[in-house]
Formats: sequence, C-alpha cells, structure tokens
Amino acid sequence: MAHFTKANSVYEWLDQRLALTKLWKVLAAEYWIPKNINFLWAMGVVLMTMFTILVISGIFLLMYYKPDTKLAFDSVNYTIMQEVWFGWLWRHMHAVAASVVFLVIYIHMFTGIYYASYKRGREMIWISGMLLFVTFSAEAFSGYMLPWGQMSYWAAQVITNLFGGIPFIGDDLVIWIRGNFYVSDPTLTRFFMLHVFLLPIIIMMLIGFHFYTLRIPHVNNQDGEDIDFDAEAEKYKAGLKRESKVIPFWPVFLSKDFFVLSVFMIFYFYLVFYHYEFAMDPINFDPANPMKTPPHIYPEWYFLWSYEVLRGFFFDVGPLSAMDMGLIAFGIANIIFFFLPWFDKDPTVAPADKRGGFFIWFWLMVIDMIVLTIWGKLPPTGINAYIGYLAAVGFLALWAALPAITAERRRLLWLIVIVTALLYIFGFMEYTKSLGNGVIITTTFLIFYLLFFLSPVMVKERERGAQ
Amino acid sequence: MNKELKILAIIIFLVGITYWGIEPYAHSKMHPHHEPATFKYEDLKPLPLKGDAKRGAQAIQNNGCTGCHSIKAAGIPAPMDPVSASASYGVNPPDLSNIAALVDKKFLANFIKHPVKAFKLEHKFGANRPFPMPDFFGSDQDLADIVAYLESIAKPQEPRGAFEIACGRCHNLRYDKWTVIGPKPKFKNEVEKADFELKKAKYEANLKKYLGTTPPDLSMFIRSRGPEYIRDFVENPQKLLHGTAMPRVGLTEKATEEVIKHLEHVGDRKKEKREKLGPWVLAYFVILSILAYLWKEKIWKELH
Repeated sequence: MAHFTKANSVYEWLDQRLALTKLWKVLAAEYWIPKNINFLWAMGVVLMTMFTILVISGIFLLMYYKPDTKLAFDSVNYTIMQEVWFGWLWRHMHAVAASVVFLVIYIHMFTGIYYASYKRGREMIWISGMLLFVTFSAEAFSGYMLPWGQMSYWAAQVITNLFGGIPFIGDDLVIWIRGNFYVSDPTLTRFFMLHVFLLPIIIMMLIGFHFYTLRIPHVNNQDGEDIDFDAEAEKYKAGLKRESKVIPFWPVFLSKDFFVLSVFMIFYFYLVFYHYEFAMDPINFDPANPMKTPPHIYPEWYFLWSYEVLRGFFFDVGPLSAMDMGLIAFGIANIIFFFLPWFDKDPTVAPADKRGGFFIWFWLMVIDMIVLTIWGKLPPTGINAYIGYLAAVGFLALWAALPAITAERRRLLWLIVIVTALLYIFGFMEYTKSLGNGVIITTTFLIFYLLFFLSPVMVKERERGAQ
Repeated sequence: MNKELKILAIIIFLVGITYWGIEPYAHSKMHPHHEPATFKYEDLKPLPLKGDAKRGAQAIQNNGCTGCHSIKAAGIPAPMDPVSASASYGVNPPDLSNIAALVDKKFLANFIKHPVKAFKLEHKFGANRPFPMPDFFGSDQDLADIVAYLESIAKPQEPRGAFEIACGRCHNLRYDKWTVIGPKPKFKNEVEKADFELKKAKYEANLKKYLGTTPPDLSMFIRSRGPEYIRDFVENPQKLLHGTAMPRVGLTEKATEEVIKHLEHVGDRKKEKREKLGPWVLAYFVILSILAYLWKEKIWKELH
C-alpha cells in the first residue's frame, strides 16, 4: 500500500489518492503534439465539442420527447418547439450540430488521407476513427426517425428495406429490424432506444479508444516527419521551446484549437439561427403518412454519396438485377474506407502533394464524392442516371486503382483504366438501350471486380528504401 | 499563415460547391420553376355594372343566398349547424359578413355567377356531380348590387380572422386549437368533450366524401412549405398541385399575407425570439474568437 501523510490542502489530499498531478501531466501538460501542424489538426477538438453539444442538447430534448408514433411529431414540433422554455434553441442546436458534425468528420477524414496519417503504426487510429464514422451514421439515421415526419418515415422505410437484398435471410432480417412487417411504432421505439442509449454509449467508448490509439504512434505532422517524441519533449522541458519539434497538449495545442473552435462556433450558430433548413428539411415538418409517398425520397446530405453508389447501377447485369448490383457496390462503399491502410502500397508517410500519383488519386476521390453527393439528391432521370453510374463506377475504380498507383505498377493501372473505360462505354450503351444486358458487360464487370478484390491482396508493398 | 488561408479557401470552395449542388440546384430540379402569384385573376372578367349596396341587401334575400348562408352582421342566422350543413353540402357554407374583406371583388362576382369555374374545379364537379352552390340566374345588376352590399358590411380582418374565414372550414390548425367546426372550447366534462369530438369526426367524414381526401392540418405548413409556396399555392392551387381538390378561393394579396402571418404565428411562434437572440450569440463568439486569437498568439510567440 502507498504511503499516505497528512495533506495540507484538498488538492494534496486528492493528489495522494488520485495522482492528479501525474494524471494531468500524462493527459495534457506533457502529452506531446508536433509543432508543425495547421488548423486542420483542430478538427478533433471541434468534433469533441460538437458531440458534447449533441449530448447536452439531446438530454434536454429527451425530457420532453415522446417515442410514440401518435405523439412524437407534436412532442417535437409543438411541445419542444413552442412550449418549452428555449426548447426551440435546443432543437435547432441538436439538428444543426448533427448535420455539421458530419461536415467536420469528412474534413477530419480527408485530412487523415491527405497527410497519410493512417499507416505505419497509425492503422488503429484510422480504424477506430472509421468505427466512429459508422456509429455516428447509425446515430444520425436513428435520430432522424424520431420526429416522425414524412421523411423520417420514408427514409426508414427505404433504408430498412435495403437489408432485404441480403441473400437468404434478407426478408426475415427486415422484419427483425423493424419489429413489425412495416415501419411502425415498434420501429420507432427501438430506434429511440438505439439513439438515446446504446449508440451514444458505444460512441463515447469509441472516442476514448480513438484517443488511446494516438498514444503510441503519436499525432502525425504536416510533413510526415518521423519525430523522436521523447528527445524533443526533453528539449521543450529544458526550455528550448523554439528548437523543439513538439508542443504540449495544454496549453499550447489547445490555445490554437480554442481559437479555431471559436471561429467555427460563429459559423455553427449562424446556421442555428439563420440557416437551418439544410439540416431540418421542410418535408420533415409534414407528419409521417404511410399512405402518401413523397415525390422525392432522399437521405440527409452526408449519406448522399453512398446512396448514389447504390442508385448508380440502373441496369441489370447478367443474373444480377440493377438493385443487386447497387447493393453490392453500396455494401463495399460503406466498409471500403476501413481498408485504406492496405490498399495503399506505399510505405512513405508524406502529404499527398509529395506523393505523385496519390495526389491525383486524392483529388479525383474528393471530386467523385462531391459528384456522388450532388447527383445523390438530383432526380435520377435522363442523363442523371448515367452520370450517377459514371461516378459510382468511378468510386469503385479509384479504389481498385489505388494499389497499382501507390505501388507504381503502371501496366496494372492501365488495365484497370481500360476496364473502367469499357464499363463506361457499355453503361452508355445500356443507357441508350443499344446493348441488352449480355455476356460482354457481365464479363467486363467480372474482370473489374476481380481486379478490385485481387489487387490489394496480390500487389506487393513498395520497398521502404525510397524514404 | 498563408498556407492555412489557402487550405481554408479550398475547403470553403468545396463545401460551397457541394452546398450549392444539394440545396439550391437540386431543389430547383425537384420543384420546377413557376411564375409567382400576381393576384390579378386575369382569366375572370370584371363586373360590367356599378352596384348599389342598399339594393344589394334586398337582392341577396331575393336570390336565395340566405337559404344556405348566414350573414351574422345583418342578424341573419345560419339555417343549419355546421355538421348538418356539411352532411347536406359537403362543407359548411361560409357566413357572408366579412367575405368581401378577404376575397377579390372581381373574383367574388365571378364566383357567384359560376362557382365551379372561379374555383377551377371543373375536373371535380360537372353535370354528373353538381357543385352544391348553383350558378347565379339573377340579373347582372342584382349581382353588382350583391357584391356592393357584401363590400359595405365587411370589416377588415386580423390574421386569425382571415385564416378562419378563408381556410378554417376545411383545415384544422391544432397548434392554435382551431378545428373545422370552430375553436376547440374548454370542456367542463368528458361528455362535452366526446360530443365535440363526435361532431368534428362527422364533419370531417362529410368533408372527406365531398373532396375525396382529408385536407391537411396547417399547423406546420409555414415550416414544411414556406411563405412563398403558400402564397403562390393559395392564388392558384391547380398551378402547383395539378388536380387537387382545393379550390382557388380568390383571396386578395393582402388577405393572403394575413393568412400567412397567422400560419407563421402558429407554426413558427419563436421566430421573433430566434431573430432577437441570434446577434447576441454571434457577437459573443466573435469577441471570444478575438480573445482566443490573442491568447494563442501570446503562447505561440515563444515557439517560433
């Protein structure tokens, strides 16, 4: 047992028992972050703040919300929005934060991709982050159902229906998820449970885990430089602050984060007060009506890109229906980012602008995801169907090409480019109906998916000597 | 610093394009453009004659209007209660006291003459299914006199009154405790409550038979449709929702604004508070940002 002496202050008393001084050092005052960073490194703290706002505003909303298909709509739109003191503010803050948090997540994610912060020891940071992305998505989807508006209902209808595409168990799975044969009261109550209890708990645990994964490999920096954190920390502690390449989390790193956060909050509250419609879709202010299908059903903006990957496949391919083709691509799209560290065959940790082909890949991916997002909302009529197809196949093709690009396997890359171009041509012929879904297009898709699945496995990582 | 501004510019650019694509652009594709409302009712002919209110008071009796309509301002009661009236006609015929305060004069004359045509409900009513209000068979002078009379008795309406007269016999507004059979009273006991609910249910059933659908409660329409849509829709429902059972009710521009004001008061009650609090919160974070920047500069000065 530790030795305890008489404490001279409350702090000392607590310190003897809880090691507060040491804890503070480990967590903040001597938790080292590279100095060579830009404001994108503040997105983690912004996300943490957004999540805190979501939890606190959520607690207030939970006090008045009623999870019952007969009461939910009015409990939100009348009780909370009109009767409860500042209820409208909490609801606006909750809805806008739920939307904006995804914007920051995407920025955070693509920062990680740009600066190669997902490899050479940082794989677990990436994976825990992606787990957070997936649970946040589930949290957002379940939350969107709660006001029981038209889009709450129809989005739930469409999304739960997707599970019906899973072979053999699909139909039973849909009923199991809904708790009924159609989306109804038991669906609402179980998604309510997920939204206010299970998923937030999982998110909190994952956030803790995500922080922990940073401990060993440390935070990356703007140049991907391999820093000796112990040596640099000694320099800093010895007063050589200018020479040292690291800074302590508190107060140096946080002072910058705090500034970025404050500016971000101006933007956030501007949206809360004056520009909330993008996050609170007008159509969801119509009460859910199972008898009246809205003319346009679309998910919230942050799901549009994967929704468009699903919709992009508008024609049957051999034995597979358009829906099956879409579901396969959609399934891949939702998990593919987890595998980024293994699709990237280049061991170099450097920003994308120092990595040649990868730089082009990065921007093509950003552009493709923006195109998918926009076309995910446009009605899929006329040429939009084909553009959606281009972007959806393009998304898969970019992933298929990543191993070849990063390992500098030119011939393999050309092969993937040619197969993709063929898919584009055949897709156009399907669009103009001059090609019935036949052997040619089926074979091309088969080759495409073979390349997609085999190249990350077969292509060897580049030699490390280059660095 | 320059590099950070460059990164910020790129992010703002990409977010801006995405926002433009999924909001203004996508919505313009989903909801095709239509001409904004003019409230001129140009398809209708103006009254050829000048009316006389005094003669109109007599003409309105002679032409049988008061067989179905009440004119409370002139002490003429309704021949039936709302539920019985809805059983006979599908909807409770309006009291005529203040109609002319809301409805365009030209529209009113044309409506009295050919109700179905002015309502733009030819697709719903015709020889096979006659409209409950018959065409006017009196003289043009009678018509002009009646309109003049209605104008003479009409009192200007507050937003709530405008809503109740123009929309309230088909649409509930539950966040304002308004029902299609009138304001929901305070009930003394369960019997009164059940009695009221039964009347309301009967009226709604008759209304559904009449229109083929139950008109929606309008409590949240200010958020779900927005003021511009409501304005254009009221002026000509068929233009925005082809084939709808909702008639063109011929409101003046001013009356439409009053109705919208009421819907905003009911559906977005906190708008004023929201707009008042906004600048304070933003100012707080602007000041905080300046202080945070100064603090950051002070700390980072020692590092470079």
